Amino acid sequence: MSASIVVENVTKRFKLANQKTFKKLAVNALKRRPLSNSFTALQDIAFTLEQGEAIGLMGLNGSGKSTLLKLISGVMMPDEGQVLTRGRIAGLIDVGAGLHPDLSGRENIYLNGAILGMTEAEINRKFDAILDFSEMEKFLDTEVRHYSSGMFMRLAFATAVHTDCDIFLIDEVLAVGDQPFRKKCMARIHQLKAEGRTMVFVSHNPKQVLKLCQRGLVLETGKMIYEGSAHGAVETLGYELNLDDDDDD
Amino acid sequence: MSVDTSTQPAHPLGPLHNPGRVGGLMDVFRRHYLLRLLVRKELRVRYQGSPIGLAWSYVKPAVRFAMYYWVIGLLLQHRLEDRALHIFSGMIMVSFFTDALTSGSRSVVRNKSLVRKINLPREMFPVASVMVSAYHMIPMYVIVLIGCLLSGWHPDAMAFLAALMALVLVMVWGLATALLLSAWNVYFRDVSNVVDVIQTVITWTVPMIYPFIIVKQQVLDTGHDFLYQIYLASPLCNAVLLNNRAFWTPASEQPAEAAVKELPSHLFERGLVMIVLGLLCLWFAQVVFSRLEGRFAEKM
Repeated sequence: MSASIVVENVTKRFKLANQKTFKKLAVNALKRRPLSNSFTALQDIAFTLEQGEAIGLMGLNGSGKSTLLKLISGVMMPDEGQVLTRGRIAGLIDVGAGLHPDLSGRENIYLNGAILGMTEAEINRKFDAILDFSEMEKFLDTEVRHYSSGMFMRLAFATAVHTDCDIFLIDEVLAVGDQPFRKKCMARIHQLKAEGRTMVFVSHNPKQVLKLCQRGLVLETGKMIYEGSAHGAVETLGYELNLDDDDDD
Repeated sequence: MSVDTSTQPAHPLGPLHNPGRVGGLMDVFRRHYLLRLLVRKELRVRYQGSPIGLAWSYVKPAVRFAMYYWVIGLLLQHRLEDRALHIFSGMIMVSFFTDALTSGSRSVVRNKSLVRKINLPREMFPVASVMVSAYHMIPMYVIVLIGCLLSGWHPDAMAFLAALMALVLVMVWGLATALLLSAWNVYFRDVSNVVDVIQTVITWTVPMIYPFIIVKQQVLDTGHDFLYQIYLASPLCNAVLLNNRAFWTPASEQPAEAAVKELPSHLFERGLVMIVLGLLCLWFAQVVFSRLEGRFAEKM
């Protein structure tokens, strides 16, 4: 085994500018008011993930989970420490971001695929599989603006999970969509895991985390308060495991 | 804990690396398929829902052209051979540059949903905007060529060179400015208003509405050499003059005399210097963009 994601003592601070215009900047500078405030979103986070491992990233809202995912995906840069990754990364973070409402489903599969890093040949090769997964054949040439939110999600997710990536970053993407589709998505995620892809999985559903991940990491207001087994992470948060819950698995 | 990536054995997936990309503009051209799709999307959606659609891109310059031709032509009281060709050859450059500036400077903010969520070369957005603006130049070139042929255009080899240099000059400066302003616009939204001001300044500081000879007579011949040099230091002014040399002066009855009389000396040397300066500016814009883009996702 070899390291797939290395997070080395990462700290991320956000600067909150007190002005968005030159005028406000000048006024604040003249009145000697602070030009910005900052807060620490992540502090001294360190962990290593081996190839093929899946880690459940857990914590309450605002604990820094999404920021950590953005640092791993390269969307943001750390202020201290460094993030290193190996192979291609797919961020299943707001998967619909790459879709354009004025384009048809077909055009969006190509555009979203290219945005996620696929080549034209790769999209052509996977087009039927994406279409089959999304079950959107009937609406393929309809503009996406006419889709329901569930249909929109299907198309976006289907494209995202067909990218040939080595690392998948999954951020509560299963919060929408009907139950059969959520189950299908979870099955696909388990399949990707079985194929040896590395995964960072953000979810508030402890059953999903326990089923998919061996390891767990808990964040609290930007600090790592637990890193160990997935079971330990769930216990740290005090989540109750209700076996009767719909777990979409 | 520290990872030394240089001493690690070769891995089938390559070495560990920083996931935040550092390839800049090179990455944009490496992912040319995405660039092509973004340009196509922009062309499709820019006038979506508009009954006239893409024709708006031509209606606006056509109205501007008519205003310059009739109103300013009457006011200037300056007899100018082939005035329509003179105005239009300059307008190609100005329209491209102002369009690239307007849409390019807003391009990153307009795509904030992607910038905040997906790691892709962010230079892609200003580059795509500039390419869309370049696409809109094509019919303008067709129109000016038809005008040239109807006016008895006799181009020499230097006319073709001038056209090529004008195009390269305006593309390089358009891309550099769009890149720079698109990054600044993320931090300060005033930039889009600054662009509106720049547009107004550009219209009056290039020899498009009026002929260059007026500047020569009013500024240089009255001893204001410094002002004259400042006027000529504008890259867009040089692009317009080169385009004049390509399409306007070869259509006059005595092209060689017209080029000497109506255009500044050392036109091609100035153009070359401007292209080199533009490339330096592009490099500078890329450096600034790379420095600022690290915080794009959190600023939007």
